[in-house]
Amino acid sequence: MTSQSPTLTTEAVREQLRNARGPQLWRSIDQLADTTAFRELVEREFPRGASELDDGVSRRSFLKLMGASLALAGVTGCTYMPRAKLAPFVEQPQGGRVPGIPLFYASALTLNGFASGILVRSNEGRPTKVEGNPLHPASRGGTDIFAQAEVLTMYDPDRSTQVLNNGAASTWDAFTTTLGNSLTAQSVTQGAGIRLLTTTVTSPTLAAQIEQFLQAYPQANWYQYEPINRDNVVAGARLAFGEDVSTRYDFSAAQVVLSLDADFLAPGPGFGAYARDFSDNRRVDAASTAMNRLYVVEATPSSTGITAEHRLALKAGQVEGFARALAAALGVADVPAGAAVPANAQAFLQGVAADLQANQGNTIVIAGAQQPPAVHAIAHAINAALGNVGNTVIYTAPVEARPALQTSELAALTNEIAAGSVELLVMIDGNPAYNAPGDLRFAERLAQVPLSVHLSLFVDETASRATWHIPLAHALESWSDARAFDGTASIVQPLIEPLYQGKTSHELLAAMLGDANADPLALVQNTWQAQANGSFDIFWQTALATGVIADSAAPTLTPALQTGAIPAAPPETSGLELVFRPDASLWDGQYANNGWLMELPRPLSQLVWDNAALISPRTAIRLLNLPISVDQLIAPAGGDADKAATATRERALELLTQANGTVVQLSYRGGSVELPIWLMPGHAEDSITVMLGYGRSNAGRIGDGIGVNVYPVRTSDALWFGSDLTLAATGRTYQLVSTQNHWTLEGRDIYRVGTFDRFSADPKSISRDIYNEKYGRDSPGYESLMPRVDYTGRNKWGMTINLNACIGCNACVVACQSENNIPIVGKDQVAVGREMHWIRIDRYFAGSDLDNPDTYVMPLTCMQCENAPCEVVCPVAATVHDYEGINNMVYNRCVGTKYCSNNCPYKVRRFNFFQYSDLNTITLQLARNPEVTVRNRGVMEKCTFCIQRISDARIEAKKTAVAAGQTDYTIADGTIVTACEGACPTAAIVFGDLNDPASRVAKWRGEGHNYGLLGELNTFPRTTYLARVRNPNPDLELEG
Amino acid sequence: MAQAQPLRTRPQPDDGESYLLPGETYTSLTQKIGDVPLVSPLKTPKGWLAGFTVAFFLLMIFLMSVTWLFIRGVGIWGINIPVGWGMDIINFVWWIGIGHAGTLISAILLLLNQGWRNSINRFAEAMTLFAVACAGVYPILHLGRPWIFYWLIPYPNTHGMWPNFRSPLDWDVFAITTYATVSLLFWLVGLIPDFATLRDRATNVWVKRIYGMAALGWRGSAHHWHRYEIASLLLAGLSTPLVVSVHSIISLDFAISQVPGWQVTVFPPYFVAGAVFAGFAMVLLLMIPIRSFYGFQNYITMRHLDVMAKVMLATGMIVVYGYFMEAFAGLYSGNVYEEYLLTNRLIGPSAWAYWGLLFCNAVAIQPLWFKRVRQNIPALLLICVLVSIGMWLERYVIIVISLEREFLPSSWAQYYPTFWDWSLYIGTFGLFFTLLFLFIRVLPMINIFEMRLFLYQEEEKRRLLGPNTDAEPIVRPTATTD
Repeated sequence: MTSQSPTLTTEAVREQLRNARGPQLWRSIDQLADTTAFRELVEREFPRGASELDDGVSRRSFLKLMGASLALAGVTGCTYMPRAKLAPFVEQPQGGRVPGIPLFYASALTLNGFASGILVRSNEGRPTKVEGNPLHPASRGGTDIFAQAEVLTMYDPDRSTQVLNNGAASTWDAFTTTLGNSLTAQSVTQGAGIRLLTTTVTSPTLAAQIEQFLQAYPQANWYQYEPINRDNVVAGARLAFGEDVSTRYDFSAAQVVLSLDADFLAPGPGFGAYARDFSDNRRVDAASTAMNRLYVVEATPSSTGITAEHRLALKAGQVEGFARALAAALGVADVPAGAAVPANAQAFLQGVAADLQANQGNTIVIAGAQQPPAVHAIAHAINAALGNVGNTVIYTAPVEARPALQTSELAALTNEIAAGSVELLVMIDGNPAYNAPGDLRFAERLAQVPLSVHLSLFVDETASRATWHIPLAHALESWSDARAFDGTASIVQPLIEPLYQGKTSHELLAAMLGDANADPLALVQNTWQAQANGSFDIFWQTALATGVIADSAAPTLTPALQTGAIPAAPPETSGLELVFRPDASLWDGQYANNGWLMELPRPLSQLVWDNAALISPRTAIRLLNLPISVDQLIAPAGGDADKAATATRERALELLTQANGTVVQLSYRGGSVELPIWLMPGHAEDSITVMLGYGRSNAGRIGDGIGVNVYPVRTSDALWFGSDLTLAATGRTYQLVSTQNHWTLEGRDIYRVGTFDRFSADPKSISRDIYNEKYGRDSPGYESLMPRVDYTGRNKWGMTINLNACIGCNACVVACQSENNIPIVGKDQVAVGREMHWIRIDRYFAGSDLDNPDTYVMPLTCMQCENAPCEVVCPVAATVHDYEGINNMVYNRCVGTKYCSNNCPYKVRRFNFFQYSDLNTITLQLARNPEVTVRNRGVMEKCTFCIQRISDARIEAKKTAVAAGQTDYTIADGTIVTACEGACPTAAIVFGDLNDPASRVAKWRGEGHNYGLLGELNTFPRTTYLARVRNPNPDLELEG
Repeated sequence: MAQAQPLRTRPQPDDGESYLLPGETYTSLTQKIGDVPLVSPLKTPKGWLAGFTVAFFLLMIFLMSVTWLFIRGVGIWGINIPVGWGMDIINFVWWIGIGHAGTLISAILLLLNQGWRNSINRFAEAMTLFAVACAGVYPILHLGRPWIFYWLIPYPNTHGMWPNFRSPLDWDVFAITTYATVSLLFWLVGLIPDFATLRDRATNVWVKRIYGMAALGWRGSAHHWHRYEIASLLLAGLSTPLVVSVHSIISLDFAISQVPGWQVTVFPPYFVAGAVFAGFAMVLLLMIPIRSFYGFQNYITMRHLDVMAKVMLATGMIVVYGYFMEAFAGLYSGNVYEEYLLTNRLIGPSAWAYWGLLFCNAVAIQPLWFKRVRQNIPALLLICVLVSIGMWLERYVIIVISLEREFLPSSWAQYYPTFWDWSLYIGTFGLFFTLLFLFIRVLPMINIFEMRLFLYQEEEKRRLLGPNTDAEPIVRPTATTD
């Protein structure tokens, strides 16, 4: 497709337009259209049309090109659909696409290299929404926040659009030429100067390509590095078994679970399966006879910690001592004793030990990836001693292509660079210049490499230091494959042609192997050709359609524990401890430019747009001399009944929270960093947690300069925590923004919780029966002059949220944002309480001691009150009920009085104080759901129960009914899945027809512990809650 | 009726017992009041020019603030979720409250035959209109999409939609427009005889014509007076329920809701009393400097100030009763949200507003029990300023503190007004004072013919009952002509 025009080719036009974005692009077109060269190009296409055939550019294709380039400016990939045949998800009707009807395709996304299956909705060739793949073992139908947000990353206007050579625009051809020359030179030394640095690789195709490359260049080396790595897991397994094994857990069979600083209910390998199995085992109804029990020992409060029946806050450095003491208490041989367990942990230790003993074979002891290898080895030993292996704890062959101690590998690489032995460094994904531990000084070393290549989505910190940057095709634009936590492989299929000139890792590897124009589809198919029994076409279609490759899970192993493997305890440490944790939203920083994630309230802290040093209130009071007594952390003896004391304490706590944002200097192992503090009830004392992933300099318009980068103080020898920390106040404060500033429930009857024993005796008793207490009847009475609307004969949509299953992971929040085109508003707007999330996770600290509180999380969305306070007060009737009882918001009618929000007792309405929706950025327009209105300034909005999905289902049901000659239609339970329900990894949300007695939601609502939030206001909410049921160890907790 | 009296009277020593100081004649009244608007533009008092300049500057701030508001949206203010209403609605209610004194004075006091109202009613009515104008802009400006404010009005439309008649915001539309219309009519009708006086006294032919047109052909015939009195009484009858209804309906904006702190049954009477309280404070605050600037001490006497202070004290005590009832209802309800509301007002983060309100509205008015304070101008000014602040704080307490902490502690948040909140508020002062300065420049700020009537009544009273008596005259003449 090249023009013979002497001065300007269509390629050149495209090239010029490609580099421009937004307003700049329109200027570029004008400038370009003004040049004589351009005029000549345009003019000569038509008059001399007949001669065009010789030019290689047909008039037709030229028009197509120009039309697309000018009309879809900024989106240079003008054809949306990939040329290769894709297979939609198995449940979709076959027979091609119908305009307006979305199709779902199965694919997979990776986090930490491990895959999770997804279904991607494609509207007219645009991927717009990610759902979980119910057939995939790591998804089970749910997703995590990262999977939900990938759509936005793909359409990120800041993504890299072109090949760069030392910062200047270049081409893939120029790159492959340079690469080829370098490789030719290297082949003399069998590649001794070549280093390949990747993130964790589970892709069989990529692994095979790397293998092939290493065979071609035997002296070359392949390293893997990710800042959130599983070195300790790998090293722990090596320590225990002397070989590489992968461990996975089966929570469905576990009655008692002990987590040693393992946040298994947060995104990571196996999250979907673990969260689902674990919560299935504590979903109770009137017929339940048992419920699992969770113990957690941890420093930083986590989703797992707040779910636990019993949580022990220990410094991260004390967990090993606890593990050793537990092993001793359980009589596990061959574990050298460690530091003494603190006195306040003794009872906990004895209780756990007894419970684990009593439930042998049905327990899990799981160690966190940030705990040292010895803790993992001890956990393996305990699991073996308790007979859990093969039952709840399953060992398999390694899932990663090559299990590695990644930190050591990066250290080795930096040493080699320093020694001058690296001449060609190829980095596939990852961002080591930003996220390498500070002591390795990788960014400086990188500059010493003569030829460095970086393949990534963004021109990030590493890309801007590498000699060559190649734009990476996003996972939703790529052919690839990946393995899940249990080894199950999935094919990654593209939903759209690369928007920019993105290349997959497979294409880069192929280029390194000499094929500069490889087809990634062929490469992936090539890997699986051998695996197919029988017809490859059938194998391939099945793999694409189901999203999983059958029987590809890693084989189970029965590795033998090595004796004497567990080293003696390290010397006891004291003083302040610094803990590094991945950020709940930005992970290692790779999601820093994703606005949905940046503005997502971090679980428990509810912070947005910043990282902070998390510190326990008691430690903060002591170290910073806060003007409040630690006694105020303890609830008054009289409880809520002592109103004066309670009110005084609440006021004191409010004063205490004013310490949030005090900037402190953290000096740690020779480095130092200044961070604002954030008080985190439940945090271990003398321990401070900082979040990785902030302070990016080359993230993009969202992520640049947000928060503080703590990688520079992280050291490669203590990746996760260390004890040589000193804290000094700087006297400055910084405004941290959180979506929830209040800690306690104020004694209100909002979140209801009770023990399993009480629940078994009388399910109604744990959802404090306030109506009987107050009014002597089972429900709030309806005393009104107006008759209640009768919804019989219609679909009465309702939702029930199981507080027992909710872990507060936020997946529903991002899913809702993606489905309903919800804008982000920025830090300054969240600071004044204007975040737009239609569903939010409320968090409360309860219990008598705020140093170790009961932490409750509660998803809250529009309750769709049948008797809605918002409707009465709207002067223009912009919010009204439909005939099925859904409280609708009519954007076009809204004049914006905000009275509806004032009168909403749940405060779930959101107002467009400014023009929040970005109406100008074209790629963001592509990301939107075409079935949901994009709201403009001045109108109110709120949860609609995903009314667009209800409408779709109703239309389909009517069509089916008409085709069958019927007049009545029915919508089967489960046909309509709201975005929040679909994303929930623990299936804590159900939606359905309350008039259908067989529906899940009707059954849940029939449970004794079902309650309506603020039901006493006679709002008749259509969304209700199942109270939380805890199953505490009677030895550790008196019935409360 | 001209008598051999000096044309201009000097302020007389004020014993604090009379509504009209001796020494005035019909002519002196007419000249002194009527000459203020008729003075040549070149001889406009410097003090007026200075005041108008400041007011006009503030009006420009108003325009700037509104312009920026329309460009950016209501996000420039400090409102948020949960506090969806902030200074927009506070100021709306505050201005409407101030707009209450005028109608009360002109309508209710007229029906109650309180002759002393004659010297202050024109000014108070004008103040009412301007305050209502200031209040009236807020409901439109506070909308997210102000350009479609007319959707609140029931009119035949292609949407096939009525407004929601269940919403108190829609009742507001009717309450305020009715009130503004009736007040304007009442005021204009009352101006007709005075327009005629100005027409007759003007020397410039154009001025004569302008006032002549406004006088609608008034010749002072008995027929005219007869019809005027009937129209006046009818309008007074119409206005009287409005005095009660407007602020009652405004109070329903809150009382209809279910927000703790808003849902209070005592609101309608309590709001009306508060409005009269605030209105009288503002009348006093404006009247005191103007009366001395234009030398009207003979007409607006210490006795007037004294009576108005008494009304303030009485309505203030009703308001204080309202505070006690609110607190009592909260404690007595047994409702955790209502109880917390009281706690939050007393010790919450915005407690300063509640304590400030109690000081300004409950404590600061107590000296008014003493006549010495009521007739002490600096003390009165200070108390009126405090009351105006106190009534503003009352609306802050009701609107903002209630919304800041409602049912779910998770959504509690503070409200902080921004620069634009304040600039719009200050700007409405510009609107108010610009109109007020124009009013005192071009219209007689004291009702001339009613003052003449009052003079006649006072003279009759003295003639029949002797000097220094408060007893009512036996005969009430219904009309008089110049």
